[in-house]
Amino acid sequence: MRPQASGRSRALTLSRALPLILALGLSSICFLEACSGPKTPTTALHGDDIRGVMPSLEFTLTGPSGATMTAADVRGKTVLLYFGYTHCPDVCPATLAKLSQALKRFGPAAAAVRVLFVSVDPKRDSGQALGSYASYFGPQVMGLTGTDDQLTALTKRYRVAYRRDAPDASGDYAVYHSSAVFVFDQDGSARLLATPAETSDELAEDLKAVIR
Amino acid sequence: MNPLHWLLPGEFSSSVMVCCTAAVIVFARGSRRVSGCAARTSRWRGVSFYLGITLIYVPLQTGFDYFAQHMFWIHRLQHLLLHHIGPFLVALSAPWSSMSRGLPVTWRDPVSRVVRSAPIRRLYGILQQPLIAFTLFVGLIFFWLWPSVHFRAMLSADEYKWMNWSMTLDGLLFWWLILDPRSRDEGAQIGFGIRVPIALFAMLPQLLIGAYLTFHATIIYDVYAVCGRLWPVNPITDQQIGGLITWIPACMMSVVGALIALRRWMYDDTRALAARNLAGIDAVLTASQLR
Repeated sequence: MRPQASGRSRALTLSRALPLILALGLSSICFLEACSGPKTPTTALHGDDIRGVMPSLEFTLTGPSGATMTAADVRGKTVLLYFGYTHCPDVCPATLAKLSQALKRFGPAAAAVRVLFVSVDPKRDSGQALGSYASYFGPQVMGLTGTDDQLTALTKRYRVAYRRDAPDASGDYAVYHSSAVFVFDQDGSARLLATPAETSDELAEDLKAVIR
Repeated sequence: MNPLHWLLPGEFSSSVMVCCTAAVIVFARGSRRVSGCAARTSRWRGVSFYLGITLIYVPLQTGFDYFAQHMFWIHRLQHLLLHHIGPFLVALSAPWSSMSRGLPVTWRDPVSRVVRSAPIRRLYGILQQPLIAFTLFVGLIFFWLWPSVHFRAMLSADEYKWMNWSMTLDGLLFWWLILDPRSRDEGAQIGFGIRVPIALFAMLPQLLIGAYLTFHATIIYDVYAVCGRLWPVNPITDQQIGGLITWIPACMMSVVGALIALRRWMYDDTRALAARNLAGIDAVLTASQLR
């Protein structure tokens, strides 16, 4: 009884091993191809389509005037959401400049756009300073911030990280934050994720499909 | 910051909480009920079970999860725990008999009726076919690491949950298939002879993908750069550490699994041999009595 049973399972092992090895080889080749091959764009987008992937626009933050702002205040506008802080040495000003440059291409239609620059450094970015910093990049750019709880809720909602470093002797500290720009349409639905690698031209091209 | 803060879930999931708590309560009740009698659950099985459940719970429901969402190598560590180590330890403890004893008396009948119902048994039978179990185990690793799939999973809260759940459940299925202490005659899905090659073969694709991630010169997963890393680390270093985790400890678990299956196979063979010898002696004795 027993030798028979083990003989059968040994036979199964061999006959199963061959298709198994084949399947393995094929799937790993596919994987390598997918990773190393030139990326063939499935859509004409430069950024990433996040329709149905990310939740719609929702937030509760403090606006430039010190009043509480929610998504209802920007409903009907195309919204570009970006996280940063005003003491940011490079990425934030570069990104904000790129956004405003891209928006200039839309002429008067750009009035239907709001760029929400959310500071994740509320301790240093008070309403007044944040407001003037943001408006420097264009009339559509708004500087917002909030309490740590509000910021945590919002960053978790959009799956982005932020962390403040410990201050040095002069009280200066770095803030680690995301570099993504989330684009929402007039209805507040998530549409696009723009990355720092895109140029302002590419961004403007992508935005054409969203701004109406 | 308050260290207790990190023990709280980043995103509370009632399903993880309910499943882990229920499993622990039921197992604890079941092992206590028989303590003292012969079928007592051994201490090592208890340690293995609780440790396994902890290693599933911690990556999902503490601050660990927040880090795993924002650093590639911590994400790989999370999947190592969820797919390899946690379920491995749970399967090693073979907790099912203790757990069924631990169920409240009124629940036992309905639960066993559901578990033994034809559709469940058929589904289980399909999932535990050697080739399918193997393909699922390795395929899920490849699937969730596919760049476009990975990108979406890290952005969509729903897909992220699906990813972690599927890895954990598949880990339980696979390691139970390999580590089931029973032989095939005693009710295990497959014989020991086929478990050893399955566990060892599972290494090969993991080795390939791990080495691929480790030695790739460019960034494959830009979602971590886009959504912010938690501390400044060279993205390539992040990817290399992630690759090494996918490669070495994951393959090690295959070796350990194969060795345990081998050990059980030898033990089972010795038992079978002893039984045959006994049967032989019986036959000789009977023959001599007849004479």
